[in-house]
Amino acid sequence: MNFFKKRNPVDLTFSFITGIASLSVVLIVIGILYVLLKESSLSIERFGFIKFITSVDWDPVKESFGAAAALYGTLVTTILALIIAIPVAIGIAIFVTEVAPNFLKGPVGVAIELLAAIPSIIYGMWGLFTLAPIMAKYVEPFLKRTIGKLPLVGILFEGTPLGIDLLTASTILGIMIIPFTASISRDAFNLTPSVVKESAYAVGATKWEVVRDVILPYSKLGVFGGVVISLGRALGETMAVAFVLGNNNQITSSLLDAAATVTVKLANEFTEADKDVYLSSLYYLALLLFIMSFIVLAAAKFFILKAERRYQR
Amino acid sequence: MKRILVLILALAVVLSFSAVNAAETLNGAGATFPYPLYSAWAYEYSKVTGVKLNYQSIGSGGGVRQIVSRTVDFGASDDALKPEDVEKDRLLQWPQVIGGEVLAINVPGIKSEEMVLDVETVCKIFLGEIKYWDGQKIKALNPSLKLPYKDITVVHRSDGSGTTAVFTHYLAEACPVWKEKVGEGKSVNWPVGIGGKGNEGVANYVKRTPYSIGYVEFAYAKQNNLTYTLLKNPAGKIVKPTLETFAEAAAHGDYAPKKHFYTWVTNVKSPNAWPIVAATNILVAKEKVEQNKRVVKFFDWAFSQRGDELAKGLVYAPLPWSLKNKVRAYWKEHGIY
Repeated sequence: MNFFKKRNPVDLTFSFITGIASLSVVLIVIGILYVLLKESSLSIERFGFIKFITSVDWDPVKESFGAAAALYGTLVTTILALIIAIPVAIGIAIFVTEVAPNFLKGPVGVAIELLAAIPSIIYGMWGLFTLAPIMAKYVEPFLKRTIGKLPLVGILFEGTPLGIDLLTASTILGIMIIPFTASISRDAFNLTPSVVKESAYAVGATKWEVVRDVILPYSKLGVFGGVVISLGRALGETMAVAFVLGNNNQITSSLLDAAATVTVKLANEFTEADKDVYLSSLYYLALLLFIMSFIVLAAAKFFILKAERRYQR
Repeated sequence: MKRILVLILALAVVLSFSAVNAAETLNGAGATFPYPLYSAWAYEYSKVTGVKLNYQSIGSGGGVRQIVSRTVDFGASDDALKPEDVEKDRLLQWPQVIGGEVLAINVPGIKSEEMVLDVETVCKIFLGEIKYWDGQKIKALNPSLKLPYKDITVVHRSDGSGTTAVFTHYLAEACPVWKEKVGEGKSVNWPVGIGGKGNEGVANYVKRTPYSIGYVEFAYAKQNNLTYTLLKNPAGKIVKPTLETFAEAAAHGDYAPKKHFYTWVTNVKSPNAWPIVAATNILVAKEKVEQNKRVVKFFDWAFSQRGDELAKGLVYAPLPWSLKNKVRAYWKEHGIY
């Protein structure tokens, strides 16, 4: 135990305390996993794994439950939110680091971070009272008139535009995760060595070429990390989506249709789940979300590590 | 050293205060629907007696779970527990106040209390079988109204709720197809429509979406100026939702102390009764006699004239006089009055 020898007691206590602090995180995660497993055991027994995740049933009266619709809704809103958020966020980051004059950098940066500090319930209320009517009145009819008329993609915009749907929910989610992606990308861009940038400018590269050929390749790992963090947030976001998604348990091809996500189901139904199987199935859903987020984040981390190694060589 | 002593002293004073306070506070949890009324009652009651009420509106299901695990002094639930469940969990249960639900609509040109619906029509609308506002059935009930040929958008609750339990019971009781296809409960598998979170969610969607229909608590519809319909009751009469028609329904309910007041008062066969009515209930732990005496004192005060006035001011219907006496007898029988 060379580690503990030759260390003064204060240092030792300090490392002990910090060690406990980090260990507690691991314990909490294990504790949560244990509780989720225990509480959902009834539902796991009744429905099994494959049947539960492939069934679209969600009928509390007949006590028949399945997760397919909720998982589908979670994936669709998350992916759509990323599609909306990533270009905007990277644009913001490029503007702040490369394009904006110095006096603008500070205010824009603060504004982005403020966006991240808004509680999600406020996004939810804003979505319900402000964004949903705008979507229903202007955006969605416009999409129906234009893209909706095309073959193949048209199927995404069927139905009456009511503003309570996958598209509105994804838009709110997208706005919510922009600050995360943007501020992490900004930090990554800032890490590009100025020597490299300046050399590029010196050989006559334009701003666009510098961003495309120097900064982006240099910082793609950091950007990817930002995207992954946003992805984690989008998967678990609850209140903002709960207000504008309608909690309809269905798999729908149209983005103008109400649907449900795992977290929305939990938020809506947890307080009044009166039967044991019902409650247990909600826990089962939570467990699936836990596993899903874990896999997504682990996969992302894995790719980052792999890329980092290749990068160092 | 001196500082530490002062700190300890201060802590002791604070702790002793909270210990005193704990004896003077009633802890309750449950239904969201009666929450505004319970807090109004609590405010007046603490002015009179100094006893505080700490009521957490976490939902009926949560209220039941908390009183079953004995973490609160009383639980509140919108739908009454079945007598066997009350016995099994060693609880006592009584109705406290009455609420009604109305069908809120948004059909341009039609005002409140103009359109008439009956349970069969409502059932078919919520099943998606009547698709247009000028459907045959609606037309027959409203010969003098100008009805548009427009799609009906159904709005229901997306969260589990006592409001849904009462509404689906009202449909299931009178409409066999509903009972077979959907059933009743705090959340059900809706055949059509979009879901709004909470009364405010449903109210907001109905207000905003032309040609929509949804069900909300009457108090909520009133306070938010929603357009609502009249209903034809099982006696064949067309009634308005008022505190009187709600109380009339409760007065005809089969409230039996033996069954811990478990009953439904939807579709009551009185010509003056509103058909979608329910009492919201209080649950206490049977063995905590002393605690229950304090809880009962509060709710008995709420039965007083002042309590009734407060209730009416917030659009809740007080229990009819006869039912209040039945509840008091029930308290006496269990030694908590």
